[in-house]
Amino acid sequence: MTIASSSPPSRLPLSGAEGARTKSRTGREGAGESRGDGRLAAVFIAPALLGYVVFLLWPTLRGIYLSFTRFNLLTPAEWVGLDNYVRMVHDPIFWDSLTITVVYVAINIGVQTVSALAIAVLLQRLTQSAVLRGVVLTPYLMSNVVAGIVWLWILDTQLGIGNEIIAAVGADRIPFLADETWAIPTIALINVWRHVGYTALLLFAGLQAIPNDMYEAAKVDGAGEWRMFWRITMPLLRPVLAVVLIMTVIGSFQVFDTVAVTTGGGPANATNVLQYYIYGAAFARFQFGYASAMSVALLVVLSAITVLQYRLTRAGHTDLG
Amino acid sequence: MAAVTTTTTDTHIRPLRRRLSPGRIAAWAVMTAIVLVTLLPFYWILRTALSSNAGLAASPGDPLPVDLTTGGFERALGLQSTKEAIAQGGAGGGLKFWRYLLNSVIVSTLVTVCQIFFSAMAAYAFARLRWRGRDKVFALFLAGLMVPTIFTLLPNFVLIKELGLVDTLLGISLPTMFMTPFAVFFLRQFFMNIPKEVEEAALLDGAGKVRIFFRVLLPMASTPVLTLAVLTYITAWNDYFWPLMVSYSDSSRVLTVALAVFRAQTPQTGTDWSGLMAATLIAALPMLVLFGFFARRIVSSISFTGIK
Repeated sequence: MTIASSSPPSRLPLSGAEGARTKSRTGREGAGESRGDGRLAAVFIAPALLGYVVFLLWPTLRGIYLSFTRFNLLTPAEWVGLDNYVRMVHDPIFWDSLTITVVYVAINIGVQTVSALAIAVLLQRLTQSAVLRGVVLTPYLMSNVVAGIVWLWILDTQLGIGNEIIAAVGADRIPFLADETWAIPTIALINVWRHVGYTALLLFAGLQAIPNDMYEAAKVDGAGEWRMFWRITMPLLRPVLAVVLIMTVIGSFQVFDTVAVTTGGGPANATNVLQYYIYGAAFARFQFGYASAMSVALLVVLSAITVLQYRLTRAGHTDLG
Repeated sequence: MAAVTTTTTDTHIRPLRRRLSPGRIAAWAVMTAIVLVTLLPFYWILRTALSSNAGLAASPGDPLPVDLTTGGFERALGLQSTKEAIAQGGAGGGLKFWRYLLNSVIVSTLVTVCQIFFSAMAAYAFARLRWRGRDKVFALFLAGLMVPTIFTLLPNFVLIKELGLVDTLLGISLPTMFMTPFAVFFLRQFFMNIPKEVEEAALLDGAGKVRIFFRVLLPMASTPVLTLAVLTYITAWNDYFWPLMVSYSDSSRVLTVALAVFRAQTPQTGTDWSGLMAATLIAALPMLVLFGFFARRIVSSISFTGIK
C-alpha cells in the first residue's frame, strides 16, 4: 500500500486534524489497539446517525403516534385513542383494498418468483452470457411510471399493439386496464416485467454459491436437468430464495406508482390497493390520523409475513456444506 | 419451465460438449422469448415516439414508425407552439422538460453522493473502529432495515412541512441523503472482509485512521461503492411516490412526476401517445446511458454478491 507517499486528502476539513490526532495517539500506544476510537467514531457516525434518528426512527415512532390522533396537518394532532382503528375495522373500503392488495401480491409474487427462478437457472445452466444478464436487467432501469405508461399504451384497447395482435388472431379486444377483472392481474404483470430480471439476478447470485462439482457428479450418475433442479438447485437455493421472497413480498405490498399512473384506483375501486387508499386518505381527504392507522396495519401485516416466511422457509439454515 | 427440464441426452456418451438436444433447443426458445418480451417494449416506445398521432390512429399495427416525424419529441421538449401542438394531437400545455431534467439530476446526485459518502463513513466506524456501544447502535441500524420505507413517508412529509421545505429540491432529497440502513449494512460487510493486515501495515507506516479510510479502504471498496452508487442513483431517479407528496410546482417537479402529469393532460382528441412516448424515452434515456457505462461491473456485482 502506497498511502504514505501520496498527498494528504484535502477533500474534508476534518481529515487533516483528525489524522494528526490519531497519529500521535497511535504513536504513543503502539498499534492503538487497547484504547477505543471514541471521538473519531463519533465524527464518522454522526451524519448517518442524524439521518437515522431524524428521518427513520422519529418518523416511525411519530407514525405510530399519529395513528392515535385526529390530524389534518393544519391544526395540532388531537389524541383520539383507538378511534382510527375502530373506524378501520368497520371500513368496508379498507377491507376491500386489503383484499385487492393481497390478490395483487399473490399474482405478482407468484408469477415473478417462478419466472425469475426459470431465468436464473437458464442463465446458470444454459449460458453464462453476461450480455443476457445485462439485458434482463434493463426494465429495472425504467421507473414504475415509465413502465406503467408504456404498457398502458401497448395494452390500449383501440390502438395498442397488444390488442392489435389479439384482434389479428380473431379474439375479442381486452380492455386490460379498464376492466374490473383484468386490471389487477395486468398491473401485477406489468410490475413483473419491470422487476423479474433483477430478482433473477439475485437468485443467480445464490446459484453461484452451489459448487459445480455437484452438477458434474449428478450428470455422471445419469441425472437429467429436471432431476438436478429438484435435487440440487432447489434445496441449496432455499435460503437465498427465502430472503428474496421476503424482500419482494414486502416490496410488492407497497405497490402504488403503477396504479397511480395507469388506473388511478379504478375502474370502480377495482385497483384501489392499500397504499393508494392510504395516499387518498392523507392527501385528498386530509385524514392523516386515519391514514397513519392504516399504515400501521400494513406495517403489522408485513412484519408478521416476514416472521412467518422466515420460520416456514428456515431462511437461516442452509443445506450447503 | 418445461424447457429447462427435459434432457434426453445420454450423458455418458457425449461426443460434443453441448449437444443440441430437444431440451436445449426448447430452453433457448424460452430464453429468446424472455429477451423479446424484455426488449420489444423499448422498441415500441421509439417506434411510437417517431410516429405522428394521426398515423398511429390510422395504422396501429404497423411495426415501423408511421409517417416518420420528430413532432413527439418537439412536444415533449416544449419546442412547439401551443397551436402546432394541438394540431398534432398534443395537449398544448407546456412541459418544462429541461427544468424537470435538471431537478431530477440535482436530487439524484445530491442523494447519491451524500448517502453513499455518509453511509461509507458509518460503515467504517462499525467495521473497523472500536468504541463503546458500537454493537448496540449497529443493532439499531439493522432494526431500521425492518421498517418499510413507505411507512416513514407520511410522517416524513409532516416533518418536511414543519421544516418549511415542501416544494423544494432539498425537501425531496433530505430523507435519503444521510444513509439507508442497507447501504451502511452492505458497506460494513465489505469493509469487514478486507484483511486487517492491510490496515495494520498502513498504521505502521504512520497513517492515521482517517487517512486509512480515505486512502486505503475507500479505494479498495471502489467496485461495491460504484455499484451501490449507480443503483442508488437509479432508485432516486425513478422515485415517484415521495416527490409526488413533496412537490407541487414546476420549481421542484422531477421527471417521474412530470411524466405522470403529462399523461394526465389528455387532449380532447385522445392521449398524445407520440408525445408521451417521446417524453418517456427522454426520461428513461439517462439511466440507460448510465447503465451502459457501468453495466459489466454492476451486473457482475449483483450476480455475484446479490446486492439489493
